Amino acid sequence: MSDDELIWRIAGGSGDGIDSTSQNFAKALMRSGLDIFTHRHYPSRIRGGHTYVEIRAADHEVQSRGDGYNFLLSLGDSFARNPQEEAFYGNEEIKPLSENLDELREGGIIVYDEGLISEEDVEAINLEERAEENNWHVFPIDLRSLAKEHGREVMRNTAGVGVTAALLDMELEHIENLMSDAMSDDILEANLEILHEAYEMTIEEYDFEHDLRAPEGTHETEQALLSGSNAIAYGAIDGGCRFISGYPMTPWTDVFTILSQNFPDMGGISEQVEDEIAAAALAVGASHAGVKAMSGSSGGGFALMSEPLGLAEMTETPLVLVESMRAGPSTGMPTKPEQGDLEFVLYTSQGDSSRVVFAPGTIEEAYEQTRLAFDIAWEYQIPTIIIYDQKLSGENTNVDVEFFDREPEPGLGTTLTEEELLEAAHDASGKFERFGYDDNEKNVSKRSLPGQKGGRYLATGNEHSPVGHISEDPDNRVYQMTRRIEKLDSIREELDEEHPSNQTYYGDETADYGIITWGSSHGAVAEAVERLNDDGHSVKGITVSDMMPFPEKEMTEFLESVDEAMVVEMNATAQFRGLIQKELGRFGEKLTSLLKYNGNPFEPAEVVEGYEVNVAEEEREPTAQVRIEPAAGD
Amino acid sequence: MSAFNAIGEEREIDRDEFTPGVEPQPTWCPGCGDFGVLKSLKQALPEVGKTPEEVLTVTGIGCSGKLNSYLDTYGFHTIHGRSLPVARAAKLANPELEVIAAGGDGDGYGIGGNHWIHTARENHDITYIVFNNEIFGLTKGQTSPTSPKGHKSKTQPSGSAKMPLRPLSMSLNAGASYVARTAAVNPNQAKEIIKEAIEHDGFAHVDFLTQCPTWNKDARQYVPYIDVQESDDYDFDVTDRREAAEMMHETEDVLNEGTVLTGRYYVDEDRPSYTEEKKAVGELPDEPLAERYFDDDAEWERSYDLLDRHK
Repeated sequence: MSDDELIWRIAGGSGDGIDSTSQNFAKALMRSGLDIFTHRHYPSRIRGGHTYVEIRAADHEVQSRGDGYNFLLSLGDSFARNPQEEAFYGNEEIKPLSENLDELREGGIIVYDEGLISEEDVEAINLEERAEENNWHVFPIDLRSLAKEHGREVMRNTAGVGVTAALLDMELEHIENLMSDAMSDDILEANLEILHEAYEMTIEEYDFEHDLRAPEGTHETEQALLSGSNAIAYGAIDGGCRFISGYPMTPWTDVFTILSQNFPDMGGISEQVEDEIAAAALAVGASHAGVKAMSGSSGGGFALMSEPLGLAEMTETPLVLVESMRAGPSTGMPTKPEQGDLEFVLYTSQGDSSRVVFAPGTIEEAYEQTRLAFDIAWEYQIPTIIIYDQKLSGENTNVDVEFFDREPEPGLGTTLTEEELLEAAHDASGKFERFGYDDNEKNVSKRSLPGQKGGRYLATGNEHSPVGHISEDPDNRVYQMTRRIEKLDSIREELDEEHPSNQTYYGDETADYGIITWGSSHGAVAEAVERLNDDGHSVKGITVSDMMPFPEKEMTEFLESVDEAMVVEMNATAQFRGLIQKELGRFGEKLTSLLKYNGNPFEPAEVVEGYEVNVAEEEREPTAQVRIEPAAGD
Repeated sequence: MSAFNAIGEEREIDRDEFTPGVEPQPTWCPGCGDFGVLKSLKQALPEVGKTPEEVLTVTGIGCSGKLNSYLDTYGFHTIHGRSLPVARAAKLANPELEVIAAGGDGDGYGIGGNHWIHTARENHDITYIVFNNEIFGLTKGQTSPTSPKGHKSKTQPSGSAKMPLRPLSMSLNAGASYVARTAAVNPNQAKEIIKEAIEHDGFAHVDFLTQCPTWNKDARQYVPYIDVQESDDYDFDVTDRREAAEMMHETEDVLNEGTVLTGRYYVDEDRPSYTEEKKAVGELPDEPLAERYFDDDAEWERSYDLLDRHK
């Protein structure tokens, strides 16, 4: 744990402008040449409650929120003044200060708004005593009055940023520029005044005894700060998607909103509909009629989509769904991440239903695999699902702008033109053999669209003959069923050949201890593996993105090369480890699990500790809220 | 060049084109009212100048769901209750398609009730034919949302305690711009109503009474019907919501008492369809979106152009 990085936490109540302030500050840090990773923590409440955003900025690549943080800007919760005695949410003005202290590193800085947080409250939490113990540097500043003097109370965020810049010895240039971009003229001037006043006042009135300064970095290329939701939406746009239908549900709403806001300008269609069954059914209908379509939800809404999902599979209608996991079961914890829907997404829908499932672990992968999801869905006429979680959905990292500089792929895959339909097989009544026996390269028969000449057929969720008539003929059943299932083999072959990078390897290649993870836990695990190797251990890691079809060969090779492996995932029942054992049929005795399901994502230190507990000879439990599940037979 | 040449094709269309030349034969029971819907569609479609390939029929599950197995158009036989959302999206993706959705009373008024209300509310330009035989047929005779109160079935052996749903009034209140009822036993009227519904620009809901000779022998659809437009006893303005609502009430009150009234109940030619509304607010492209994928010259915007706000 080094302090050559800044981890700045801004805390307040929901509705206090924490999110927008942090976005701007994160961008300012990025523009100064630093690598960025943001983490957002918020309650399922519109106003009030304790919320914070953490920005980790360093001169090297940052892949997770890090362990703890070193700068707290505590604004006080302006929505927390509850007039009712003993109200459930109580008086919470102190929360943005009191609830953040546990993770603040030694030697860290605290700036809090004296204007909102009263002296008695501060005394009650023994701040002075704790600060002394931890060598914290505390700056009580009346941000509220400062803001009021020059503008409005809400501008105390800006004052806080000004104080931060002064304490960290930062230039104001990038912050000023960003404010000019983001604010309208009538509030810009006041904000700039407040920024400068706070900056000057801090420099004049305080002695800085702390060592923490903003790190310096230089990017050689232009960067963009994006969330996983941005990346999925943009991957869809570049994958040719122009139809989205949905129903709001956290955290999926982000993707839905981004596409809804952009589609009108690019000739696309967005539909907010009555429920998630309709949402997915609309995507099926649009795709059937010839538009690349997508829908999605979070666990609870995705549950309703299992019907249309099966329909898409049986009718071989291409379709992309996204599933943004949050903690379950049922409504669970709406604003907290978990990786608990894996088995649900893999197996929902009746019969021997199959689909392709990708689990991106980074912003780049989210973009890449969404594009790939559209390619595969339209090439193989199969539903494809992107599974990710609230963490990846909301965290921002900087990505090289050039990464996105590539051509869109609007192709409809194995859809025929009318000229091609003339040559295709038809039955005696002139119906197109949409699900034909002969044309089955890669197990995919070509498709036509309603309105095309010579392409008439029936799409049905019942088992069907080559032209789509309902059929219970045993030979036909075996043929059609086998063809649909074996598509996954063809897809696996293509992925192995063209996209082996869906799985990410890191650490010491020769190590005989492996750490395995999937999805958004990637960053914390990758950093932990790096740290373990720096500390003299020999560990290698792999992050898997292909959930179905499973990368059997790659995983077998990885597991054969190690004596033991620890599977790290954010759920209580070791779902991914179960998948590995099911798909490979062995290695149960080699696999232990490190599980976390308290609503917060892994931090690298927890993974390091998990490793230590697992390989340490003495038996002990990890200190954090994680659980170790021993290997089969242990 | 269009990618969908079957759309708007102008030529003489033979009624037989809508009949599959080979298998399958309908699996409906002898005397089933569903034959009446099939027949009226086969007659209506050529008369309104539609070719089999520009028509997309979207059905749900049940005996009614098999309609497009026996009607030779582009067809999508979906799942129980979900025909409307699939049909809606197909129409948005390619507004030039003639989209006809069909289902039964259990399928459309029961499990698909939510979709029905919202499709009517949005006034999508599709024709929706509900085969209303007041019973679940394919699952062998259970009470449906339109079964009369007191109706005895295998699942309500003591007689249903529920009031039947009123499909015409529901549709009107939800916002459908064309609401009619016809019956399989009245083929001439049925054909005319189906034609009007197809030509209507908006959500056209046809409650189609279809007798079920196997599971619902008591249903009133067997008794003589009265065409409200042709009877002097029922004089009302079909373009007037209030008058239409009143007539629907009267019709639905007496349906299970031996009098069956059919005909047009409400026609609103002024309300724009959803396609038009969506175009008006700039949320639907002028040209069919589905066409764009076949246009080699189309300029596809890319996400790179959106990155400025993230820099």
